[in-house]
Amino acid sequence: MTQQGVRWTAEQVLALAPDATSRKAGSKLGAAGPWSEAGTSDEGTVWGLCRGSGSKPYQTVIDVADSTGPAYKCSCPSRKFPCKHALGLLLLWAGDDAAVRPGQAPDWAEQWLAGRRSRAAERTTRTDAASGATSADTEAARRRAERRADRITAGATELEQRLTDLLRGGLAAAEQAGYGLWEETAARMVDAQAPGLAARVRELGAIPGSGPGWPIRLLEECALLHLLDQGWLRRERLPDGLAATVRSRVGLPGSPDGPPVRDRWLALAQYDTSDSRLTTRRIWLHGTESGRTALLLSYGAAGRAPELSLPVGLAFEAEVSAYPGTGQLRAALGERFTAPEPAALRPPGVTPAEAAARYGEALRDDPWLDSYPVTLTRVIPTPDGDSWQLADADSDLALPITPSARSRPGLWRLVALSGGTPVTVFGECGHRGFTPLTAWAEGPEETSGAVGQAVALC
Amino acid sequence: MTSTSEASAGSSWEELVTTALLGTDRRTPPGSAPGREAPVALLDAAATETVRRRAGIRPVRAVARPEPVAPDRRPPLPPAATRRLATLLADRPGTGGGRRGAAPDLMELLPQWLALANAYGYAAPPEALPALLDAARGRTDLRPAALTFAGTRALWLARLNTDWRFALRATPGGGAALPGPDEPERIQRLWREGLFAERVALLTAVRARDAASARELLASTWSTERAEDRLMFLDTLRTGLGAQDEPFLEAGLADRSRNVRATAAELLSALPDSALAERMAKRATACVAVDHTVGAPTLVVEAPHECNPGMERDGVLPKAPAGRGERSWWLGQLVEAAPLGAWSRRFGGRTPEEIVALPVADDWRGELHGAWCRAAVRQRDPGWSRALLGSPSTPEAGGPGAVSLAERAKLLATLEGGERAGWVAGFIATHGLSEAFQLLGVCAVPWAPPLGRAVVDALNIARDAGSYPWSFSGVMGLAERCLDPVEVVRLEPLTATPEDAEDSAPGAGGYWAEAFQRLTTTLRLRATMQGELAPPQ
Repeated sequence: MTQQGVRWTAEQVLALAPDATSRKAGSKLGAAGPWSEAGTSDEGTVWGLCRGSGSKPYQTVIDVADSTGPAYKCSCPSRKFPCKHALGLLLLWAGDDAAVRPGQAPDWAEQWLAGRRSRAAERTTRTDAASGATSADTEAARRRAERRADRITAGATELEQRLTDLLRGGLAAAEQAGYGLWEETAARMVDAQAPGLAARVRELGAIPGSGPGWPIRLLEECALLHLLDQGWLRRERLPDGLAATVRSRVGLPGSPDGPPVRDRWLALAQYDTSDSRLTTRRIWLHGTESGRTALLLSYGAAGRAPELSLPVGLAFEAEVSAYPGTGQLRAALGERFTAPEPAALRPPGVTPAEAAARYGEALRDDPWLDSYPVTLTRVIPTPDGDSWQLADADSDLALPITPSARSRPGLWRLVALSGGTPVTVFGECGHRGFTPLTAWAEGPEETSGAVGQAVALC
Repeated sequence: MTSTSEASAGSSWEELVTTALLGTDRRTPPGSAPGREAPVALLDAAATETVRRRAGIRPVRAVARPEPVAPDRRPPLPPAATRRLATLLADRPGTGGGRRGAAPDLMELLPQWLALANAYGYAAPPEALPALLDAARGRTDLRPAALTFAGTRALWLARLNTDWRFALRATPGGGAALPGPDEPERIQRLWREGLFAERVALLTAVRARDAASARELLASTWSTERAEDRLMFLDTLRTGLGAQDEPFLEAGLADRSRNVRATAAELLSALPDSALAERMAKRATACVAVDHTVGAPTLVVEAPHECNPGMERDGVLPKAPAGRGERSWWLGQLVEAAPLGAWSRRFGGRTPEEIVALPVADDWRGELHGAWCRAAVRQRDPGWSRALLGSPSTPEAGGPGAVSLAERAKLLATLEGGERAGWVAGFIATHGLSEAFQLLGVCAVPWAPPLGRAVVDALNIARDAGSYPWSFSGVMGLAERCLDPVEVVRLEPLTATPEDAEDSAPGAGGYWAEAFQRLTTTLRLRATMQGELAPPQ
């Protein structure tokens, strides 16, 4: 793989930052001043020495082309990851050809790279060894899985009991019951090793008193949770695909067992959500030849950015394997064949009516689906009282923008990009509305069909 | 979104919700028998309905689309400059004061970046507008350049977001362009019917392109304007002030409002050939004479004994502020308003330098020189400014002489850029940096080579003297924005951390190295920024 000439944009680099402070600190270091002996190699390594407050400069090295995403090493004491020096160096590399010259990595950078490569090789060997496991191991794993399934069954049964109790007494009482009841139930589901159930129960707890129409939302979510319980308790009688979906919704870890699909993948969107324990990163990919949409999930402990990062608008060739479950979009990234590079590829788009229909169809395979990824073409962000909608430029139909997306700064980038003219928008379409994630402006009329740079909205 | 389930499905859902709210103990779910299984039956039915409702989702009816914004005809930014703008805007002002570390203050570079982008006439990338408007919202000094760059699309956005309403206020008429010279009817209408701010903007714009038309426009309604409005309108005549304005201003000397009279007099006195200037010259020169009876020729001052109605009519304020003698107060105003050329005639053809060099009897020197300074600034007279500034290396240039630093800064502003920079460079070489801040502020950016060298040398001397860099943080900050990036070469050796000398302040060497690192980094960044913002093809 060659790295020559493939430099990222500043936005793509800044998307790696774990928080706003790092982004700011990194931006400041993205100039030649404090750097010396900065360079980059054909293999996709970037290194440099950054003068800090101490006498000895920090040694910073980044492996941009690593198959699991950029890897960083810096001799600074920061616990942020990547640290501001790594961000600054990448910005320098992205912006200024003269400051980061092609060359041979110095010894200290080479040592780290060599160490990484040998560890990666070891991992592969270990995995190979593990796959040659004995039948005794398989037997033990089967017994463990059975024990866990039994605990989940007990949990699901208990949860059913709680739901029927709730419906017997009425949802109106739920507002008084308070959050404690749900928290306790969620803890019981964690004990039952059903994290998927626990998460849904926790969300239930947030609904009572959450604004107009909360009883309807609570009933909907209770009903879907009941459906999931029932699905689990009768999983033996479900078709394989649906059973797999139920298992993953309950929270049983699956492994990507789909056949690897090699394609040129365009990173459509990347965004993080976090709670007190965990940062979850979602990356939507579009397979430019297969037409498939894939979701990569990556996790980081609180305060740390998940390791996988694929800046929006870049495309790369790689293999991707789907997780089990019919209609399952979640996939795992396999081998990467090229480094991500800017691409003029665009996903084909649909109208608002088609987008709504796609979500509806997707519910057939997964009734617990909140939203479905689609690209809308020729829509105009339009203010509608206090809310917004994406209005089809060629019909009188529109999709409302979800309340959560209305309060994000990305909405205004979308509105500014559109200026009242049609744009192409990728996002998640669901029963709450449409959440815009990435947008492209349409080109000038003389080059109709041409679209501009991807603008990240999340 | 709307659900399209048929009416019956809708009503059965309503019933499910009602039953769920009340509880199956109180109400039997539709279509099931009462008993232990009722909640399960309710949940089953609700699950079916929920999935059905969600699967049947349809788009809503579109509301009226916003009016599309007119396309921006300006050339788009080069990609590298677009990325740079994003980085500059990502930097938010935060930690202020004290030690600032070695990294450049990106927000401080935004004004320069905007000025350059505007000079080349680039269009702003639409997706950057929200961040640009947010930045301009927080910093009023940034607004004019930011709004120019942001263009009409920003005003379009500002109508949709109340946070950005300032953009509409800053642009009179909410972005509706002011009428051009070929639209006399629109000009007349806006002048007659516009809001005060719109009328000031209109008058300023007309004055800038055609001084006479603006004056005629103002004269057409002058007698009906309110006093404070008259004052503001009169002030716009400062632009392009000329002899043709004299009759109008002369009439203003009889205005009902004292402030209007004073402003009219001030404007007239800036016209050396005006009748008012002539009258003031006569009064002022009558007060100062050369006494040849003592050894060297000496100026003697006989301040006016009264402020007569004629003086008052010409804008002299009769009442002195507290703590000032009446007679010196009147003298100051007369000298300030008298054309400077009158003094040369009065003192036998002496040059300004010769006049300024004359000794002044009885402690009148400060009063007289101060008034001459104000006159030189008002009349924008470089000859007198030069004479009053004197040599930058004289000891009194740095101290509290007859002419204060603030007055020196104003005098410098009347000189041409190169001369100004040369004078300040000379000043810094003699007096160091501690007094130079005000003077540096009036110098053109980037600083001319001799000035830049003087500042760097002075910083180097300050470092060697063992002080801390934050004593010079003001000058450092200016240098980051104003030094020519080519000076980086000369700064390079200063960025190394020296050993702490015995007599220097503890750790100062490291802090200085850090300050110089920030300076060089910022200069490099500015050079890169300028390179990225190449003129459009």
